[in-house]
Order: sequence, then structure tokens, then C-alpha cells
Amino acid sequence: MIRTAAENATARAAIMARVGEALRIPAPPPHGLAGRSTSPVDAAGHPSLAILPLEAARPWLPDGGATPAESLAVCCENLTKLRAEVFQVPDLAAAADCLAAQARQRDWRRVAWHAHPLVEPLLAGVPCVSHRIGGDAGFDKDTLEACDAGLSACECLVAQTGSILVSSQTCGGRALSILPHVHVVVATIEQVVPTLADAFDLTRERHSGSLPSMLSFITGPSRTGDIERILVLGAHGPKELLVILVGSHAAQ
Amino acid sequence: MTAALPSSPPAAGAAKRQFLHDAAEHVRDVGHREFVRRALGGYYTSRDTQKARYRDWEQARDAASMAKWSAVNRLDELLPRFEAAFTANGGQVHWARDAEEARRIVLELLATAKAKAVIKSKCMTSEEIHLNQALEADGYGVVESDLGEFIQQLRGEPPYHFVFPCMHVRRDEISDLFGQHLGTPPTDSPEELTMIARRHMRRLYVDADVGITGANFLVAETGQISITENEGNARLTAALPRMHIAIAGIEKVVERLDDLAVLLPMLATAGAGQPMTCYNTLYAGPRREGEADGPEEMHLVLLDNSRTALLADAEQRDALHCIRCGACLNVCPIFKNVGGFTYGTTYQGPIGSVITPHLRGLKEWNHLSGASSLCGACTDACPVRIDIHHHLLHNRRNAARSSPDRLERIGQKLFAAVARRPWLFATGGWLFRKTLGLAKAIRPPVLSAWLATRDLPPAPAQSFRAAWKRRQR
Amino acid sequence: MTISLFIPCFVDQMTPQVGLAVATVLERLGHTVEFRPAQTCCGQPSFNAGYQDEARAVAIHALEVFAGAEAVVGPSGSCVAMMRVFYPELLAGTPHETAALDLAARTFEFGEFLVRKLGVTDVGARFPHRVTYHDGCHGLRELRLREEPRQLLRAVRDLELVECDEPESCCGFGGLFSVKFPMVSTAMAEVKAGSLARTDCDYIVSSDPSCQLQLDGWLSRQGKRPRTIHLAEILAGTAS
Repeated sequence: MIRTAAENATARAAIMARVGEALRIPAPPPHGLAGRSTSPVDAAGHPSLAILPLEAARPWLPDGGATPAESLAVCCENLTKLRAEVFQVPDLAAAADCLAAQARQRDWRRVAWHAHPLVEPLLAGVPCVSHRIGGDAGFDKDTLEACDAGLSACECLVAQTGSILVSSQTCGGRALSILPHVHVVVATIEQVVPTLADAFDLTRERHSGSLPSMLSFITGPSRTGDIERILVLGAHGPKELLVILVGSHAAQ
Repeated sequence: MTAALPSSPPAAGAAKRQFLHDAAEHVRDVGHREFVRRALGGYYTSRDTQKARYRDWEQARDAASMAKWSAVNRLDELLPRFEAAFTANGGQVHWARDAEEARRIVLELLATAKAKAVIKSKCMTSEEIHLNQALEADGYGVVESDLGEFIQQLRGEPPYHFVFPCMHVRRDEISDLFGQHLGTPPTDSPEELTMIARRHMRRLYVDADVGITGANFLVAETGQISITENEGNARLTAALPRMHIAIAGIEKVVERLDDLAVLLPMLATAGAGQPMTCYNTLYAGPRREGEADGPEEMHLVLLDNSRTALLADAEQRDALHCIRCGACLNVCPIFKNVGGFTYGTTYQGPIGSVITPHLRGLKEWNHLSGASSLCGACTDACPVRIDIHHHLLHNRRNAARSSPDRLERIGQKLFAAVARRPWLFATGGWLFRKTLGLAKAIRPPVLSAWLATRDLPPAPAQSFRAAWKRRQR
Repeated sequence: MTISLFIPCFVDQMTPQVGLAVATVLERLGHTVEFRPAQTCCGQPSFNAGYQDEARAVAIHALEVFAGAEAVVGPSGSCVAMMRVFYPELLAGTPHETAALDLAARTFEFGEFLVRKLGVTDVGARFPHRVTYHDGCHGLRELRLREEPRQLLRAVRDLELVECDEPESCCGFGGLFSVKFPMVSTAMAEVKAGSLARTDCDYIVSSDPSCQLQLDGWLSRQGKRPRTIHLAEILAGTAS
């Protein structure tokens, strides 16, 4: 009763044949291109429809800062506007204190975490039960669901949009950053990149050959506007997003 | 909202009659129209704030439209590239020529997974192929996890707006709905209502065997699928169940990961006035060795369902650029005044009026292109530069060629004949002026449609050409 | 410069004073104004209904009428957009393509002509009233005119210009749309006219007599104020 490979191949061939037939007539260029001086143009001066290099588009998109210090400032500003809470601390010891204080203040009973050089040093002072996610034992979904907070590292932070990039390979899998009610991210300030394009470059460098099965740009706490277009935080994912940023540009 | 008549095969012109009927009904509901307009009021402010952060929004639109243009016009090359990369990542691609085939594929996958509970995150393609009805008919429990879709599922209605599914529903109606279905106490707080759905859904993510999602982009370079959402429900849907099934139209392919550096922020800004949607997630196959969690299998259903017919129309091919941001609906005066259900389509608003005739037949659906003042607000709002309102004109032209209204064609031929003969045209104008008063009293059909709600001033004593002649003397 | 007037058919029959006002302003600026009586309609009613063969026949007639004119100026953003934007599209690939492109380059909407072509914003008019400007969609989006009419209004003595809260909304006229979908068209008029009226202005200024017909038609039926007035009438000083 399962569709055979042959049936799938037949459907594929039929669709690809229709695609090939349809594309025999070329389409006109996109309507109303702004086409000003910075738009790519061909030798005849027409908007170039060759693949637009992202380099060309970069200067048109929102700014991500020109220096590391600028990017950090833009990143923190965007995160705050998105209703994430940012804590800037000088070192890992201060980060551990910060986490412990938040745990006490918010009355956490259970925290989930994953093995990572930035995460582990923070756990010592956390005044509650902690569950490690990942490793050989795997984890129990119900246990994770019952956690107040999930503590994870990230791949990078994107200043341009105030996004945090997490991956299933390096940040404790898929559920840790989405199932608990609070998501705590710990990162160093060197992990801030200016733009989304930089984040993609980084991904390619780090994971070429074997992409993580999930890469997720997290931009603020979970939200919905489905009821009368009124903003409510914490629809299904974390209601709160805490970002602990370790290090300072001034000190360097 | 749905046809109340029991007749099974819809009669010719039924869709148009239904549209006129529902539009009239909706227009009479002044309170509802005001509610919808108010709900969209905040959109303009936040969109403009975010647009201002772009160093050049218009040029960014160029980049976005070219990313889609170059992908849609190279589908023959990019679809196989995507398939190879996605397969190398451990995913499986299933090609579906039409809705029936897509439904069958999903049902078969559920059977092999021995699924009992299915959780879905928002997926317009599944609305298009009427997936839920098919799953329910086969005895599967299906739950929509997106808050808006969940509310619509409980109400037994399709989405009202393909991005904001329940924007037409008041909070007190939602409170009653939850009370009725979930036994929760009444509340007028959107926050509390959201938390009710949140609590209800948590158990369901954990218990579901299969998660079904849509896909916003398919990246040929890397074999990843990209899903955009705000609530985190798609993240959960693709994290906890054993199997992940995504359903996407073939036009969703883009060539490179870098294209998303332009498309993701623009989708959010144009559609909802956000810098980025809350979660933009790239999936490359099932859980990998060494990863903590994730599904054992990942499947992608690649759907044609007449998209190749639209692709074959080079003039309107750019309609396949659509990234379903919903901006054209948000700014459309027709949408705001007739509401989402009046369209009777999966995709409402201006883009729906363009593509539905291609998906379901021009003869029966051309009235959607007629139901527009051609104001062009949609085209200005589109982040990927689809020539939306001019395509409505193209659909009108195609319909006039393939299935003209006899009476209208006679009228048009007569008009053109007169308009090429200046003396006849001037005489016609004179006759119009002289008989306007009488006509207003008799009210022939066209004039009565105007006079039902609007006045018409009396005709002046002389025409411009007469006045000009006198002035030059 | 000799300017050839392009008088849309309903201006000819229903609002001749608008055409005269255009002539008055242009003459006052020292130009010669002519009217070629062989002109009829721009063909938009056929074009918008999808009857392109019929529209093409009417367009070719217009090309012949305006052949050789130095500049063609019309008091309607909608009809000018037909000539400028849609004639070249309609006649592409026909022997008339060059003539269509040529006419498109010489055809202007009235306010556009003053500001962009003549570089004039102050024509010496006085109008001691509070007004708001209604953007006609074709002027706004096909001809990209937003600032030009406002620049002209700001230069008028004693005139107070205020903006409404739905500046980009359509009035709902849309040609045959207004009678094919009258309930939708009327709902749109209600929204736009309501927004314009909320400015508490004395007059709604427009560059499109078809929008005026729609807005006035609705306002008059509702027994509401204000009423519309064409930009040319204010600039000519002939407004009643």
C-alpha cells in the first residue's frame, strides 16, 4: 500500500516535464525594479537578471554595525526591543552569579542544560535541580517539559536583527531551546556577527559536509498576535528569553 | 461562508454569485468591517518603523524579487539540485502532481508510522489540498497547533487571512469557544486566552507520533527547508514527534542560503511589521548521530497542483515569487471591506485573486479579478515585486478572449466604434447630457447600481467642447 | 510652448469647468493652449474590462489625434496613466509601438506638468480655505505623483493643507467596478470619504474627476460635507 519508488519517479518525471515545457518561454524581468545606480546592470544597462550577489544587496538591508563594538551595541539594542533580557557580564564567574540570581529571583525548580564549555561553568551555583539533555542517555520529554528553564549555548548572535542562532548539534538538540518556559542563552561577545549573511558564512565554515539537522534563528521570546492582533508573549515557545553576554570590548 | 445550497456540482457562475452575495452581506456588517480595519491598524505603524531600518527598502525589494525570479525561472535545474541535497541530508522527497496524490502520500506515511496522534503547524498548502478532512476521514486525530489555526479548527472554519487566520474573531467569541471545547472559565484577556491554548497544546506535542508542517523556502544549495513562525509551535512540531512531514509547493525553491539573508527579514517586515519573525528554522533531514533529539524520519511532499500551469504563463509567472507574507491583504481595501471568506479561495486577497483562476479555472473565478478598483496598493506592498494589480488586468483580458460575456462584448464593440468617430462620440455625449435627468428617473440597470448608494450631479448646460468653441471666439 | 489639452470624456460632458481651469492656468503662465476636437476617449473602459482589441482601436485614434503635439496635458491622473503606462503595453509589437512611446513621453497629468515639466509650484493663486488632498490611485501609483500636487497647494495663498488618516486608500470608483460591485465600491467610498471628512476641511482637492464623482456621490447621498474640488480650479481661481 506504500507508494513505490516507481510511482514516485513517475510523478517526478511528469512534474519535471511540465516544468521544462513551461520554462521554454522566457519570463519578463521583475516588474518595477528600482534599478538605481547600485542595482546590478548588464552591458546594455538593463537590470541584470543574473543571480544577484548578496554582496550587492548587503548595503540595502538593515545595518549590523561596522565594528565589533558597534555590532554588540546594535545587537543589544535589538534584543531589548524584541523584549529579550540582556545581561552583560565580564567573565564566566560573573555569568554564573547572574544565572544563580535569576534562578532565585524567578523561583526556578528545574533547569535543563547541555554539555558545552560555556554552559557547564554556570551550573555550580544554580539553586535547583538540573537535567542534562543529550549525551548517551537521551532525555525524557516529560522531564524537559516540566523544566522552568533551558540553558543553552548558541552558534552566534546576529546584530542586524537581534537574532540568536542555535543548532541541534551544538546547542543541546531541538527541544531544549523551545520547550521550557524560559530560554537562557549564554554566549561570548565575540560570537556577535553583524548580519544574517555573516551567520550563513559562519554556518558554512563550521558545518560544511555535515549540516546540523536543525538551525534556528530565534528573534525574541515566542509571541503571537492571533487574538485581535494584540501582542502576547509566550505562545508555545519560551515566554522569556534571557541572554547572558560574557566579555567586554572596552577591556580588550 | 460556505454555500448553503445542497446542489452537488456547482452551477456555472456559482462562485461569482456566492461572492456577490457574501460581499453584500459582509459590507452591511459595519461593526465587523471596523473591527478588521482596527485590527490591521497597528500593522502600518510597525511596518513603516521596520522599513525605515532598511538602508534602501526599494533596492532590497529588487534583491528579493531577483532571488525569487532567478529561482522560479530555473526550477528545472534547482528542483533536482534541491532533491539531491535534501536526500543526501537523509530526507525523502515525495512528488505529488495534484491534491489527491499529496493526500494519499501523507496518509500512507501515517500508516507506516503507525501514527495515532498527529500535530500540525500552520501550513497553507495543507489547506489547499484539504488535508485535515482526509486525515479525519481516515480516523486520525489532527490538531492545529498555531493559535489562530487552532481557533479556526474549533470554529470549523478555514483561515480568514492566510497569515492571520482568526483576525476576524473577537476575544469574547474565543473565550466562549474555549469554554465550550476546553471547559475553561471565561476571560477577556488575550494573554489568558493564549495561555489556555498553550497549556492545552503542551501535552499534545509530547504525545504526537507525527508532526506536519509547511515550508517557506527550500534551499537548493544545502538541501534545507526553511520554516518561518512566531509562536514556536512549528519548532515543537518538528522536535518531539517521531516523524516530520513537510508539505510545500514546487515554487518554494531558492538557490542559495544567502538568498534567505534578504528574504527572511523582508518576509517579516512586509507581512507583519517585524524585523524578523520569531523563529526562522532550517531543517536538514532527521535527527543526526550525536544530536539530542529530533524525528527519526523526515519527509517532504513536493506539490504541483497546477503551479506548472501558472509557470507556463510567462506574463504572470512572477506570481510564483509569492512568499505568502500577506502584505497585499493587509493593505487591500477590497479585502478589508469584503473579508477573507467572501473570496471562497484558499489564498485570499489580491494574490489569491491572481492565482486562483490559474489553479481552479479562469471561467469560474475571473470575477475575482473584476472585484478590484485596480488601486495598486498590493503591488506597492509586495516585497518580491509581483505585478499583482496588472495581473488582474491580464486575467480580465484572458477571460474576455476565452469566455466573453456576450452582452458586454457587444457593448464594448459599440463603444469602440463610436469612440473612433469624433462626431458620433460628441453626439453621444450630447445625448447623454440631455437624457441624464430622464435616465435618473427611469434607472436602467447600470445607473441604478450607482444611484442605489450615490448621487449623480445634474449634467451641465454645455460640454467642454462647446464651451471651448465659445471661449475661442 | 503649445500645449494640447487632453480632456477626458466625462470632463467634456460633466465637468467642463475643470478643462477650462486647466487652460486658464497654462495660458496665465504664458503658454499657448489648443484643443483638438477630434479627441474622444482614452479607451480605459475597454482596457480595464479586458477588451484589449477594442481599447487598441480607441488608442490608435488617440495617437492620430495627438500626433505632433508638443505636450499633451490632461486633468486626470487615471486617463493620463492610460496613455502613458498602458498605451505602450497595449501597442507593443504593433506598428504603433513607437508612436505610443512617443506620445507617452509627451503626455502629462496637469499638476505633474506644472511641477516636473515647467518647474512651477506657485501660480499666484489664493484660496482662503482648509483643504485636504485625495490621492487618486493612478496618479499615486502609476505616475508616482505624491508631492507634486501638495507642492502646488502649499504655494497657494491663505490655503491650509491637512492630511487625512487613510492617505493611501482608494475611493472605490474603479470605473465599471463601481457598478459591477456597487456594494464593495460604496464601502470603500465610505471609508475614504469618512477619513477625508474627519480632517474637518472645507474642500477635498483631487486631480481626478472620476474620484470626485465617487466621493461627492457618496457624501451628497449621506447629506455630508465637504465636497470635492479639482486642483486646477483652485489654481485658476475659478473655484466657486
